[in-house]
Amino acid sequence: MKKIKNAKELEALRARLLQAQDPQQPVVRVCLGPGCLAQGADKVSRAFREAVQAQRFKARVQPLIKETGCHGFCSQAPLVSLAPLDLLYVQVKPEDAEEIVNASLVKGKAVERLLYRDNGTRYRSAGDIPFYQMQQKVILKNVGVIDPLRIEDALLAGAYRSLVKALTEMSPEEVINTVSLSGLRGRGGGGFPTGRKWRRARDYTLENPGPVFLVGNGDEGDPGAFMDRAIMEGDPHAVLEGMIIGAYAIGAHQGYIYVRNEYPIAVRHLSIAIEQARALGLLGRNILGSGFDFDLQISRGAGAFVCGEETALLASIEGRVGEPLTRPPYPAQQGLWNRPTIINNVETWANVPHIIGQGAKWYTDLGVPHSTGTKIFSLVGKVKNTGLVEVPMGTTLGTIVEQIGGGVPGQKKFKAVQTGGPSGGIIPYELKELPPEEMRPARFGLRPRGFLPSELKDLPVDFDSLLQAGSIMGSGGMIVMDNRDCVVDVGRYFLRFLQEESCGKCLPCRLGLQGMLEFLDRFSRGQGEPEDIDELQSLAQAVVDGALCGLGGTAPNPVLTSIRYFRDEFLAHIMDHKCPAGVCRDLIHYRIDPEACNGCRLCARSCPQGCISGRNKKPHTIDSTACIRCGACLDVCPVDAVRVA
Amino acid sequence: MRKRPADIDSILEKYPPDPQHLISLLQDVQAEYQYISPEHMTLICAHVGVPLTRAWAVATFYKSFSLEPRGEHEIRVCLGTTCHLKGGERLVEACERDLGVARGHTTGDLRFTLDTVNCLGACALAPVVMIDDGYLGQANLRALRKRLEKP
Amino acid sequence: MNAPLIGEQEWIDFAIDGRAVKARPGWTILETARENHIHIPTLCYHPAVKPWGGCRLCVVEAKYGRRGKVMVSCLNPPIPELEVFTHSERVKNVRRWVLEMLLASCPASPDIRKLAAEYGVTATRFPIRDPEEKCIRCGLCVAVCTEVVGVQALTFGSRGVTKQLDTPYRVPNNDCVACGCCATICPTGAMLDRIDQVRGDISRRTGHGYAH
Repeated sequence: MKKIKNAKELEALRARLLQAQDPQQPVVRVCLGPGCLAQGADKVSRAFREAVQAQRFKARVQPLIKETGCHGFCSQAPLVSLAPLDLLYVQVKPEDAEEIVNASLVKGKAVERLLYRDNGTRYRSAGDIPFYQMQQKVILKNVGVIDPLRIEDALLAGAYRSLVKALTEMSPEEVINTVSLSGLRGRGGGGFPTGRKWRRARDYTLENPGPVFLVGNGDEGDPGAFMDRAIMEGDPHAVLEGMIIGAYAIGAHQGYIYVRNEYPIAVRHLSIAIEQARALGLLGRNILGSGFDFDLQISRGAGAFVCGEETALLASIEGRVGEPLTRPPYPAQQGLWNRPTIINNVETWANVPHIIGQGAKWYTDLGVPHSTGTKIFSLVGKVKNTGLVEVPMGTTLGTIVEQIGGGVPGQKKFKAVQTGGPSGGIIPYELKELPPEEMRPARFGLRPRGFLPSELKDLPVDFDSLLQAGSIMGSGGMIVMDNRDCVVDVGRYFLRFLQEESCGKCLPCRLGLQGMLEFLDRFSRGQGEPEDIDELQSLAQAVVDGALCGLGGTAPNPVLTSIRYFRDEFLAHIMDHKCPAGVCRDLIHYRIDPEACNGCRLCARSCPQGCISGRNKKPHTIDSTACIRCGACLDVCPVDAVRVA
Repeated sequence: MRKRPADIDSILEKYPPDPQHLISLLQDVQAEYQYISPEHMTLICAHVGVPLTRAWAVATFYKSFSLEPRGEHEIRVCLGTTCHLKGGERLVEACERDLGVARGHTTGDLRFTLDTVNCLGACALAPVVMIDDGYLGQANLRALRKRLEKP
Repeated sequence: MNAPLIGEQEWIDFAIDGRAVKARPGWTILETARENHIHIPTLCYHPAVKPWGGCRLCVVEAKYGRRGKVMVSCLNPPIPELEVFTHSERVKNVRRWVLEMLLASCPASPDIRKLAAEYGVTATRFPIRDPEEKCIRCGLCVAVCTEVVGVQALTFGSRGVTKQLDTPYRVPNNDCVACGCCATICPTGAMLDRIDQVRGDISRRTGHGYAH
């Protein structure tokens, strides 16, 4: 394809591609998202190619095999969908490819055993499955559908139509206006109104003429979050288009997409997309004949969670250590090389083409006032259906966890939901009361509403409501906890994580996270006094107030919400020396149930302490004084005889 | 067997002589040679125009970079939130015990490097361990030990 | 912001601890406080180098209207009618915890003990990991070597709790010119203890200028 010189040529190309497309041509879409890849989806894809080739289809009905981004239903990985038959196959193995090709592509029938089954119902089509039915895929519309390595697929799906509209029908000011009116707020965690940020940058640039930069934050460091990964890998042109429109709005000519080093596939897909966009003339000089120049470069992270913080990220792009800077001044005023820089999360950027294309009103109709549009969540943890979920803002937690997520599996009880990653809070199933003013992180002039439902399932998921409950939206991580998850342990986990990721520049974070961890470590060993809980709260407040950046400043959130909502659990550790969830090692015992034990000796052989004794075929016993609760016996026992108390 | 690494000059040539490319260069060298040797560090500094102290600060700040040669096989135990809730910590400890190496380091015989990572995006399979490019989902100690015998 | 013309200089009127003070455009809250002999403790601040904002001891609570925000005074400029409080509850809370944690992480420094005592912190509940440690990682030595002397002989290596003063490969750095600025600016005396690690043996430096 040669360079496109103007909007008309782009539409002509789109029309040609549409013409050439055969809507009846069978398409096999193999998901290569992270969950499916981990289950060997690449081998599944290869198996389909081989099976199709072996079948020797006639040219007219030759099936197309597309490797796509994440289909979202990760607990059923690997996923393969067929069109136009509209079949979704789950847990597909490479050996199944031949059967599927034969049955579905040749004979047009479904392979029943590979259809998704739940509660006795078998579902043929993805659209019928409750997991999908209750979602509204806007940003993820193309992810799982298009081949991210072909710009033709993106064009057929409508990519760059909004760019044309912006360049030919709107002024930069109008673009900023539209984004402002849409109410779009940052999807990376801060929730700052995007239009306001753009306007500030534009104002500073007008006052101080010179270069202005654009950055896409693809650092996605929250453990358990892979929304941005799905977008970057599955629909990279959405990010590019959003950034080109943004560049036009504020007058930037150079942009960077910062992708964490742990996402090499995202780096690859974005690089290819950039090359393809450049080749077509959608990036570079004189884009679509508009006279506007803009180019993008990928900047790779190097293994530092703190580089998700905007000033640290900019330092990293400049080739420095990722140490955040005090703000103000904000990057919109002084960013890369001291010039105005707009930095937005890649999910935020992916929202822009939809807003420009369908208008601000369409966007505000989605979601709720003050939290417009949709949000992608990664629903993980102790929930039946894990994966990526996109819903309008304001959808209740109950809808997400119970109806889409299928609830907490097994005999376990739904205890709490953790949102916002290490910066967020743990919200219990039974909400008791409003948290005090001091526990809420800084917000941007929005008034909190006074109402909190009494049950978690009625809590709307939007920026304000989550803040009300003491947590934050964050980047969209949503971890479901059951009664076997201990809040003291989860607090320790997050603090240990943040401690490793702290840049070490400021004392409240470098020393304070360690200090808070000291308290929690002691609680987990059953040590401490009830007064220590208040002391911990005081230390946490000092960290919130004193820390230089958001990493340290939000680090106390999990602990503060735990104390607020689960004080009894803390007291159980301290006063009763018990861990109700059965997690904290020093407070639990491993014991072999003599009724269940079959005397197979597997546990005794696996024990690193050599503290399990028993004669062959007779029940075994663990010497608790030597036991380190490493879990080896628990893992290896074929009859589940090891009990944790 | 690792392939013969490319010539250092061909890597340097890919980047203009500007300090902003320090991290990219370090990454390419890390990917090619599995670590950053003192000689390569000096060459990179000379190429982009930064003092050695700055390269040292960057190379030790970011976890991607290793100043020591890494093992033939890379074990990455996921300690993302879901994997933690499903017992990921026990898996790391087991590896540390079995291989006699602390996390973040390489065994004396240079066979294994043990690392933890903070989310591989395969949460439905928690706990997850990666050995080189292969995934071990719903990992337990027995399966992990078996995989390590023939990595 | 453009520098005001001499003779037409503006003042920014605000208050510290209820006292009316004036600042020139470009001054920080800390500089204004010092100008008015109002004491705000600092550790990582030194007029010879750019403010870093790392120790957070200089925090103040700044109120504009109803909203109060805790911020470092070394980097933030005042705005007209700002009300600054140097020992509000929140500020005292930050200081006392930071000082108590410093007593545990830098137990060997008499300067830290003295500073902590000034704010009523004389003991620490946190475990002491290294009884000989004096370095608080304030960054002043790195800053003076980079900004004032210009040789950049030392830096921070690693990050977080393992962040430490380093020369590349932890061997003496030939770039060091043995000027002693780092030792002079160090607030706890830690640099004096380890100057050999940066500079190498003094005998390499005497008599013939730089010894390479």
